[in-house]
Amino acid sequence: MTAPASTQTVDLAARFPESVTADTRPGFAGFIVKKENLLEVATAIRDEFGYDLLTAVTGVDYLAENKMEVVYHAYKTTGGPGLIFRVQVERADPVEVPSVTGIWLGAEYQEREAWDLMGIKFSGHPDLRRILMWEGFEGHPLRKDWKEAFFEEEVKPFKSRWPDGQHTYAEFKNPFRDNLSFPENFDPEKYEPENEKDLYASLENHTLKGEGGLKTDQIVVNMGPHHPSTHGVLRVAVTLEGETIMGLKPVMGYLHRNHDKIGERNTYLQIIPYTDRLDYFNSMSNNFGYCTTVEKLMKIPVAERAEYIRVIMAELSRIQNHLIFIGMLMNDLGTMYTPSLYAFEERELILDIFEAVSGARMMCNYFRFGGVVRDIPDDVLQKIKDLVVERIPAKTDEMERFLNDNEVLMGRLKGIHVINAEDAIKYSVTGPVLRAAGIPYDLRRADPYSIYDRFDFDVAVRYNGDLLDNYLIRFDEIRQSLRIVEQALKGMPQGPINSQKPAYQVRVPAGEAYGRIESPKGELAFYIVSNGKPNPYRYHVRPASFVNMTAIEHICRGSKIQDFVALLAMLDIVMGELDR
Amino acid sequence: MYGKGILKSLKVTWDRFWATYTDDISWWLQGKKRYNSAEGIAHRSSKDAKGIFTVQYPEEQLLVPEEMRYVPFLVYDEVANGEKEVRCTSCGICAKVCPPQCIWIVRTNDPVTNRPVPVPTDFYIDMDICMNCGFCAEYCPFDAIKMDHDFDIASYERNVYNLEKLLKPASYYASIRPLNAAQEDEARRVKEAAKAAKADAAAAAAPAA
Repeated sequence: MTAPASTQTVDLAARFPESVTADTRPGFAGFIVKKENLLEVATAIRDEFGYDLLTAVTGVDYLAENKMEVVYHAYKTTGGPGLIFRVQVERADPVEVPSVTGIWLGAEYQEREAWDLMGIKFSGHPDLRRILMWEGFEGHPLRKDWKEAFFEEEVKPFKSRWPDGQHTYAEFKNPFRDNLSFPENFDPEKYEPENEKDLYASLENHTLKGEGGLKTDQIVVNMGPHHPSTHGVLRVAVTLEGETIMGLKPVMGYLHRNHDKIGERNTYLQIIPYTDRLDYFNSMSNNFGYCTTVEKLMKIPVAERAEYIRVIMAELSRIQNHLIFIGMLMNDLGTMYTPSLYAFEERELILDIFEAVSGARMMCNYFRFGGVVRDIPDDVLQKIKDLVVERIPAKTDEMERFLNDNEVLMGRLKGIHVINAEDAIKYSVTGPVLRAAGIPYDLRRADPYSIYDRFDFDVAVRYNGDLLDNYLIRFDEIRQSLRIVEQALKGMPQGPINSQKPAYQVRVPAGEAYGRIESPKGELAFYIVSNGKPNPYRYHVRPASFVNMTAIEHICRGSKIQDFVALLAMLDIVMGELDR
Repeated sequence: MYGKGILKSLKVTWDRFWATYTDDISWWLQGKKRYNSAEGIAHRSSKDAKGIFTVQYPEEQLLVPEEMRYVPFLVYDEVANGEKEVRCTSCGICAKVCPPQCIWIVRTNDPVTNRPVPVPTDFYIDMDICMNCGFCAEYCPFDAIKMDHDFDIASYERNVYNLEKLLKPASYYASIRPLNAAQEDEARRVKEAAKAAKADAAAAAAPAA
């Protein structure tokens, strides 16, 4: 990798005058790359310009212009602004675009998602199957001309609710009308789903052969969907040789509800409570990410006091997330309940604070465009102070005393390799896993948002990239978050908590925005395209859990089946976010 | 020494176990009730909590903060003659802002002129769909719809509440959210006073003109 040419925006069009043009649509940025030259340009972006981390790949369906677009967001792990480049192709079914998995391995699952939901076929992709919907599903739901089974109207609010809102149940309407289609000559009696066949064929293709050193048959084991250690309904098909994992394919989508499509039906404000349900442990962080993105698009400031409240809430959320992580990791490793309930105690105290300020423990729905809903009452502020100064530091120490000398636990964690720095970047892994591999990449420092540049804290980093480092880095992060909250409490000014007047409909100018924040699990980003209407034209979530999962095959291949559960736990996935 | 760390771990567990009983004894000596009392529950969910942390639901219930929100209800004012004065004007803002679209309002039309009357004929909320986001209460310009504290609504039937079932008196609202209710009442009083003053000024100005 050569040194990056400049930390500022790169003029890609000057480097490739033939194949790249700048995107001049109002509200849009970046470059349009010709489909034929995509791989050549992408290679240059990574090798010449130094954009080694591809964070998001997604598609947009411009139905009126009869175009489909694939948007790529590339960043540098040394920090700084990103580079947006896109490919535009004529709308067809399916659309074909070359796959960039050869350049950034982290694109693998995201391209599968784009294929699944948008019908964009990535030629050269190693394993292009549906990922969230099941094989045999008809159509691509994020296309603008696709309608769900209980389709009522394109956008909310629905006209049937007011002024003549006679209540009816959705299922009493006939869903089998123009919005449901079957393949030709479909016979449900004879239908055999293709997904299993395809899954095992793909597993077979991606299995190492004869390298386990054992003279034994390979067997295929299905873990899940109902397996306690998968943190939800996640199924993993594993090929074993003895106890060694030779190949592995996760099967996800059991909790899929097409959050993106729901978002496109909703108004901007109505999406906020739905983001709570992404990573349900960290609804504050999700709100933060979404509101930051929309504020970017609306170009409005955030009230000063609200900025501090936001940071306090986001960091409290990180603390409780990591506490739960530690507790649930112990559950996964077999120390049932005692450590996890100790962690839950502290989490309950933090949730009490969330409840007192926002009204709900988990589904907070606390952020609004330009600020937050309501001020923190004084007694709650005092509670936060007590927790942050007295209780949580002491309890974190106790947790360390409790666990970190335990020989059995150390035996399970020490020296079990998760991922090294180079591979972590290749696979677009972000968050604590990347930092435990030795890359101090934290968006709060690398690409500061909100007011994080005002606080004095260290980016937690460890260098071994084994399970132990991945586990210890959570303790480091809890301590750093406590530091941030303490400073925020001291520096919080008086004043209004929202820069805007409360309004149930906001005006969002046409354009696009990609807002990203450091959620406890990694980079959480939202990509929104607005066409000036009350609903977003395209709303895409780039969840940390989902993209980090891309590396799971690489992480687990060659390790023992007993460690699989711990390795999976280290990625700190949550199905609400993974399956969306 | 191998196993020292395990002993250390066990020491933490032992301390936690023991703290429950030391607290029980010290509360007993002070003559205070640690269980089944508001004080005890508050202590067990505070930063000073040691040992036992759990609350024995349903005999004991956690104290809910004022802002806690659970499914909406409609507020009515009690008028002197015992009639219910519904605050809702069926403007439809709550139905428009509701993310899962679970609010259904039938607006009243005057039978003679066919013009809308600011009273709902009926009002349905599908509680099975409601996601407790609180937008309806937040954006209601008339303080007519509010979030409840009553979370025990499990039932064998489906929960579609109509106007009758949704209505609760303003005094109930003031009892669950005293600070908010006082604030809103004050704001309304100021607004009405300003309106009255304006009307008076207009009336005073009219004969002069």
